[in-house]
Amino acid sequence: MKHRQGWFDRPENLRLFLRLFFAGLGVLLIADLFVHKHGEFYWENVPGFFAAYGYVSCVLLVLVAKVLRRLIRRDENYYDD
Amino acid sequence: MTIDLPPGLVMVCGAVLIPFLRGRAKSALLLLLPLLALAAVHTAPEGTWWTFSFLGHDLALLRMDRLSRVFGYIFSLIAFIGFVYSLEVKDDLQHTAAMVYAGSALGVTFAGDFFSLYVFWEFMALASAFLVLAGRTASARAAAFRYVLVHLAGGLVFLAGILLHLSKTGGLGVDYIGLDGAGSWLIFTGIAVNAAIPPLHPWLKDAYPEGTPTSSVFLSAFTTKSAVYLMARAYPGAEILIWLGAVMTFFPIFYAVLENDIRGVLSYSLINQVGFMMCGIGIGTTLAINGTVSHAFCHILYKALLFMAAGSVLHVTGRIRCTDLGGLYKTMPLTCIFCIVGAASISAFPLFSGFVSKSMIVSAAGHNHLIVVWLMLQFASAGVFHHAGIKVPFFIFFSHDAHIRAKDPPWNMLAAMGSAAFLCVFLGVYPAPLYAILPYPVDYIPYTGAHVIGQLQLLMFGALAFALLILSGIYPAEMRAVNLDTDWFYRKGGAAVTRWADRALNPLNAVSERLVVDGAVAGLARLSVDAPARIILMLLSACWHLAGIRGEELARRKAVAARNVREGMLPAGLGALLGGVILVCAFLLA
Repeated sequence: MKHRQGWFDRPENLRLFLRLFFAGLGVLLIADLFVHKHGEFYWENVPGFFAAYGYVSCVLLVLVAKVLRRLIRRDENYYDD
Repeated sequence: MTIDLPPGLVMVCGAVLIPFLRGRAKSALLLLLPLLALAAVHTAPEGTWWTFSFLGHDLALLRMDRLSRVFGYIFSLIAFIGFVYSLEVKDDLQHTAAMVYAGSALGVTFAGDFFSLYVFWEFMALASAFLVLAGRTASARAAAFRYVLVHLAGGLVFLAGILLHLSKTGGLGVDYIGLDGAGSWLIFTGIAVNAAIPPLHPWLKDAYPEGTPTSSVFLSAFTTKSAVYLMARAYPGAEILIWLGAVMTFFPIFYAVLENDIRGVLSYSLINQVGFMMCGIGIGTTLAINGTVSHAFCHILYKALLFMAAGSVLHVTGRIRCTDLGGLYKTMPLTCIFCIVGAASISAFPLFSGFVSKSMIVSAAGHNHLIVVWLMLQFASAGVFHHAGIKVPFFIFFSHDAHIRAKDPPWNMLAAMGSAAFLCVFLGVYPAPLYAILPYPVDYIPYTGAHVIGQLQLLMFGALAFALLILSGIYPAEMRAVNLDTDWFYRKGGAAVTRWADRALNPLNAVSERLVVDGAVAGLARLSVDAPARIILMLLSACWHLAGIRGEELARRKAVAARNVREGMLPAGLGALLGGVILVCAFLLA
């Protein structure tokens, strides 16, 4: 059976996408140095604070969820008896 | 021209006609009723209308002010979009239930007194239960049953609160209550059930993924957001809501990461988003309340859009689990784009609706220097992008290609998704029309350089974490499983109570049966048969002793007499003689 080829099925497209993504991250970090800050808390004015917070949050989220799964995971038919 | 009708009543009463119409007339009615309600919301002047007296209390069906009007707009608008989406559904039960449900939510919104509000409140619970039931599968039936039990329990608590509140204040008006006294706490708890405030939240994740592709769209809009409206009306500034809301934004995202059912993920992110609103109500400043109301408005649109996209996938492919999906961007491109718009909106990307509304709440937390809350909300913002913003589109449309034969859904579903997506982008780019209808004058500018860059950093570096975790294989694999939540207490607890009752009460039954039925009753029966025989035998054997009868002859006579007495074969004269003897004895003793 022949499957439809999508844009992301071509490795060079995927590479391009990832390159654009990383370039975007770089632009955000650089732009951060030039905007006028007026945060409620002092740490909001630290360059790259939100980048670090977003990254650490998501890593923590996934790691905690992995631990949580050990505690709360049950068989799919757990409630069906 | 003003349409002088209570908008909710228009839809509830109009719903009665649905089963009697066919074809285009039915479709026309389904679309006309929400539009009529929308027009009524738009044209009604501020004030209290449709008042009447009942049992000495003043009831009002149409209390129009800035807070109720904005909820009225979005409820009737989303009802219209929902009916466009479900126009091809050939199921009168679903259409009627959806119409009554949406109408009742409007009824709750515009009720000026708690009495009529409660009636609409229960109508809403009942009608929505039919929408859960509409899937007509065994699991949908079971979920609907639990849904009804939870909401009836919540409704009773609510009613008890209303009655206590009435006896304390003497009034039924739907106004600021504040947490003070038993009645207010009971009303608060009743609303909290519908708002899915933890630990009263698990009914939502239990029921919403069980609906049909179309019915879950309606479910996602009304129950929780009418509760948000009522909380904002009755308990603004209640500090406990800040913390309940913050917890509510926080814990569902962990569950959402582990959840396999797409609509289950959306249910958890729904709870997370309502958490932002609860937090805003708890903060209670004009900025926070404006943020809450505008976030409810935007949230209804993008959450319905996400449920519509998930529903389209379910409708076309028959699958809804992350483990069964993937690669659909090739075959369902339009659905994919609409889903991404919904995902960008819920993630509060700049230029999408969530950005202009959620940031008001987060800013309000900042203005009030609630440091921990602010950090929790930012964490939840990153988390919601992670699971609802990336996970949902990624596992449906990208990820591993599941090679499913599919195409975009019918035109009406695309039109409904398209209009919701348009509004998400429109409000994100140009929030002024939304800001103009909020309860308080808006002095808030979402698009500042720092805010845009900060938010983009938060989101994009969250996306970076997602990408790296997926590529490194650390990201928890999607798997079919049940994840325990607080519904364990009534699902397993309920079964345990049944088992306990079986084990503890049935032995008690058995003992009672042995003692009373087999023991006491049977003993009494034996006694009533045996007693005359024993008395007669005693008398006779005394006579026979006197007559000098002994040994075998005595035993034989006793046996014959005992048989005769028990079988009622005594000579008739003997009974009469005995009666006479008893009379003489009685006479002598008297």
